[in-house]
Amino acid sequence: MKPIITAKDLCLWYGQSQALKNIDIDIPECSITALIGPSGCGKSTFLKTLNRMNDLIPGVKITGTVKYNGTDIFAQDVNLLRKEVGMVFQKPNPFPMSIYDNVAYGPRTHGIRSKARLDEIVEQSLKDTAIWDEVKDRLKKNALGLSGGQQQRLCIARALAVQPQVLLMDEPTSALDPISTLKIEELASKLKEKYTIVIVTHNMQQALRISDRTAFFLLGELVEYGDTDQIFSNPADQRTNDYVTGRFG
Amino acid sequence: MISNRRKLFLWTVRGLMSLATSLTGLLTLFLVGYVLIRGIPNVSWELLSTSPSYLSDRIGILPDILNTIYIIIATLVIVLPLGVGAAVYLTEYASNKRIVGIIEYAAEALSGIPSIIYGLVGMLIFSNNMGTCLMAGALTLVIMNLPVIMRNTQESLKTVPQAYREGAFGLGAGKWRVIRTVVLPGCVDGVVTGCILSVGRILGESAALLFTAGFAHVANGFIEGLSSAGATLTVALYVYAKEQGEFEVAFAIAAILMILSLLINLSATMVTKKFQRRNQ
Ligand SMILES: Nc1ncnc2c1ncn2[C@@H]1O[C@H](COP(=O)(O)OP(=O)(O)OP(=O)(O)O)[C@@H](O)[C@H]1O
Ligand SMILES: [Mg+2]
Repeated sequence: MKPIITAKDLCLWYGQSQALKNIDIDIPECSITALIGPSGCGKSTFLKTLNRMNDLIPGVKITGTVKYNGTDIFAQDVNLLRKEVGMVFQKPNPFPMSIYDNVAYGPRTHGIRSKARLDEIVEQSLKDTAIWDEVKDRLKKNALGLSGGQQQRLCIARALAVQPQVLLMDEPTSALDPISTLKIEELASKLKEKYTIVIVTHNMQQALRISDRTAFFLLGELVEYGDTDQIFSNPADQRTNDYVTGRFG
Repeated sequence: MISNRRKLFLWTVRGLMSLATSLTGLLTLFLVGYVLIRGIPNVSWELLSTSPSYLSDRIGILPDILNTIYIIIATLVIVLPLGVGAAVYLTEYASNKRIVGIIEYAAEALSGIPSIIYGLVGMLIFSNNMGTCLMAGALTLVIMNLPVIMRNTQESLKTVPQAYREGAFGLGAGKWRVIRTVVLPGCVDGVVTGCILSVGRILGESAALLFTAGFAHVANGFIEGLSSAGATLTVALYVYAKEQGEFEVAFAIAAILMILSLLINLSATMVTKKFQRRNQ
């Protein structure tokens, strides 16, 4: 498969402390890539680099290159990059507005004004995230009234509404109950037909269940990256083996 | 086992403290009651709806009411964009935290300066250039109230969750769009609280306005009013009591001001309560 994101020799510092060390990775299109590793190893940092959310943090220094569809992401308009590479956060963060306005926020940001077109996008995005039936009668109600799991699916719908190519998800199910988690996993597996998904997870079963490729991070380094089956059944590195068999982390 | 002397001591302290508390309460009640009882009987529709006239020896406070309204509107119209803009800049744009700290400290210090000093400076800067008029008074009040609006807005900007900003940036929104659609709607309460407090301060202000806005009692339209000298209710209270010995009118105005400031305090408390509930 053709890579959609390519990082070469990527290093990142928060002030003096280095959080990413010489990361080389190719992320294939229309697949799910899981990022695993112990707490503080740099998974979120790497994920946030891919759509430049780190730009918001003062004192971040980045070297190396990251290419999205062949173009350097740091030379690109950041708002257009984020339109292409969307993000879903660990804690559901719907805006304190109506369900409709939440989903329409992105399209409106990118200049879609037509009511009919917005209606269409909102409906499609909510259907894609399998939440349409639950909310179609209360689109004008405040999104904060939804349950945690519904809020997270709404946030995914909100991200899909700008028609991104890549969806970055940082532990999207860690704040959710098992049933909501299952729904999001099913959703991710369905979405990979059209989208590329990069997901950070602490849940080994989850990585194994849904991902095609797995990347194991440790202390800011990418220790091993390969097909998920191989990483879990036959890892090349001893540290990977220790981690996936639960010996540390 | 507590000794008897110690017991006696504790009793005395408690007694003195409850005495102080009840004295404070009684004094407040007395003051409010006295002003209301002496003032309210003098509040008549004629007083509220007419201008003073030397010919018919009549006193009306309509011009003072209008002046008060004009000066509140003019002050808020100018101070709101300035104060909210400054607050947004400091919390959302400014990157040098030390300078932000210094400005916040200066704003804090500015609110403690006696208002007569604002009056003196306002007279030199505004009245000496544009004449003694309500507008000069309003501009002086703008300087006085800028810190109030700014600090209240800032505090409520800080309560807007970072996750909202991240969510909006993550969808490709630019800085200004994020501020306009996600940040500003979240700080409306702070702006409202700031406005209520400012209106309270404007209503109660006399010293700064005596210097800058003058004390005429002529009923004008808005634009005309702003460009001429005029007394607000509080200034009129001073003028009627001190210069003309018209104590009935003075107490009537006092009662009106008292009721208004009670209402303002009440609404400020209510907004703050609502605000705290929402942030829980
Ligand atoms: N804003 C920041 N400023 C300074 N250091 C940071 C910042 N964010 C993260 N770090 C540091 O960078 C390192 C990597 O953090 P990161 O959040 O990427 O880890 P993670 O793998 O996502 O961990 P977790 O599984 O706990 O989410 C950590 O040592 C962390 O302390
Ligand atoms: Mg993380």
